[in-house]
Amino acid sequence: MSDTTRAGAGREATAPSLAARLPGLSALGPLLALILLVALGAYLNENFLSAGNITNVLARSAFIGMIAVGMTFVITSGGLDLSVGSMAAFIAGVMILGMNALLPTMGVGVPLILAGMGLALGLGLLAGLGNGLLVTKARIEPFIVTLGTMGIFRSLVTWLADGGTISLDFGVRQFYRPVYYSGLFGIAWPILVFAIVAVAGQIAMRHTRFGRYCEAIGSNDKVALYSAVNVERIRLMTYVLLGLLVGLATIMYVPRLGSASGSTGMLWELEAIAAVIIGGTALKGGYGRVWGTVIGVLILSPIDNILILADLVSPYLNGTIQGVIIVLAVVLQRGKSSSA
Amino acid sequence: MERRTFLTTAAIGAATAAAGVSIPALAQGKKAVIGVSIPSATHGFMGGLNWHAQETIKRLKATYPNLDFVLATAGAVGKQVNDIEDMVATRNIDALVVLPFESEPLTSPVKAVKDAGKWVTVVDRGLSQPGIEDLYVAGDNTAFGRVSGEYFKANLKPGAKIVVLRGIPTTLDNERVDAFQAAIAGSGIEILDMQHGNWNRDKAFQVMQDYLSKHKQIDAVWAADDDMAIGVMEAIAQAGRQKEMWIVGGAGMKEIIKRVMDKDPQIPVDVSYTPAQISTALEVTALRFVSDTPVYGRFIIGSTLITPENAAQFYFPDSPF
Repeated sequence: MSDTTRAGAGREATAPSLAARLPGLSALGPLLALILLVALGAYLNENFLSAGNITNVLARSAFIGMIAVGMTFVITSGGLDLSVGSMAAFIAGVMILGMNALLPTMGVGVPLILAGMGLALGLGLLAGLGNGLLVTKARIEPFIVTLGTMGIFRSLVTWLADGGTISLDFGVRQFYRPVYYSGLFGIAWPILVFAIVAVAGQIAMRHTRFGRYCEAIGSNDKVALYSAVNVERIRLMTYVLLGLLVGLATIMYVPRLGSASGSTGMLWELEAIAAVIIGGTALKGGYGRVWGTVIGVLILSPIDNILILADLVSPYLNGTIQGVIIVLAVVLQRGKSSSA
Repeated sequence: MERRTFLTTAAIGAATAAAGVSIPALAQGKKAVIGVSIPSATHGFMGGLNWHAQETIKRLKATYPNLDFVLATAGAVGKQVNDIEDMVATRNIDALVVLPFESEPLTSPVKAVKDAGKWVTVVDRGLSQPGIEDLYVAGDNTAFGRVSGEYFKANLKPGAKIVVLRGIPTTLDNERVDAFQAAIAGSGIEILDMQHGNWNRDKAFQVMQDYLSKHKQIDAVWAADDDMAIGVMEAIAQAGRQKEMWIVGGAGMKEIIKRVMDKDPQIPVDVSYTPAQISTALEVTALRFVSDTPVYGRFIIGSTLITPENAAQFYFPDSPF
């Protein structure tokens, strides 16, 4: 039975242009779930659709969003990355320590912030490269590699923080703060950056060779290899891309609370993977849908918000409601898929 | 193995006699090994606790050459049980100082250590069966909630509206919240909302953002933890409502104590619940092996209101917490 489903997924994936041309009923499932959720939120509390609340919810989901877009490419090409949450915490920690160390020589100003941002992106690139090389050159299962690096990054940040919290210098923080809290035309920067990443991701997945190769490799890496696709290089690139996006997410995250600790980015990896799967990307690879991932993020992020605004159930049960909505979103998508 | 003075041997002999328990390993001139099992530093408070544990072990080792320590930190219940089993099996510990990750699952492994004739000190979270430990050292969760509640009652008018952030769902969180509610009972203060912020900055930031969207009037916030208080402050600053409400956290994080010292109107006071309680537990346990001081029983460290006047006593600038 699993063989037939795998073959089915493969067939679907080898014809991505067809899937792209037909928006298909299967694609509407997550969108339907999102519309239901927003309607429910608006019905339960009049403030749900207020500009302030929408900005809050979208801005704080932007970190997961950027990471989830990168995760879509990794999963589509048949990989997985469990280390992203720890990686974000580690990058945030080193970035803050780096900026604090540079402060006496550079002073508070744009160059210092740019140096911090460069450091974050550089670290993200290196971390992604490390994961990617272990997967492609050392040929270790992605699950194992990233489970290992997840533990490594998490304990490194705890060690750097001496078990406590690493805090950005107060003056630098005041200067850097607008990167999270301010924006352009009333739209917060994290939301804008997430939107740009999402659009670029969608284009890369649908309209570039890189995106097509990701699907081909995830669908059947042997066939891709015989079709002269450089499988190792593409796989490596997906991890590097994800690492860079984790670095970018960290750049937007640090100005929010100006600190990093052992509990920063806890469970982000699972939220990102959940968003990718809710959005309709196949967990075993071969078919990726970046805009679906964006909808997945938008479904996950307001659940907590609605539960707090509404006082519906005991706070102990919030996790249950979240779980039910996640499963429901996937069921809606699969139900439509089989009927189509 | 190790050279020991006759005096120490005599002291231990006396302690052993006084306690009425024989420690054969010590009588043969061996070091007493104290196993220490605590949760790993994943949260500010536990980070502070780990720091205090390491500092105290360093000091005790230097002071008492006949004491040795094995420190293990665990990120999960299962790992902690394994750590304790390993300490008994491979390090032949004479005493165990344990801060149980959770009470229920740790009860029988710790009881097994006790049944093997070892000294047991339990810290902070009690075991689910009474009478296992020789020594219990803890902060006072009821007082933590009560002292906070009394401050709210004394400083808010009837009809004032507050919101509460709770910790991770645990019995100690329940004890604190129950005591807080009991303390403000009859004051006319209305609790608008109580949600879990999990003793986490990011989560507290989000919960507070949602509270601020939901409620037009909030007069004060019981953040119940200093890490959460920092997230709460940031959410309030974003909404530009700093002037409307003050916040009470708890535990004694150095940044928050500093604000209390500096008379920040947003953080008027803090409530102590010190991570240094592990030091108390280690020091008192050590006494049992190096002196004839009787140390059986319960040692409850009070929770007090930290005000600008007494804040200096609670300020440890070197600690990570």
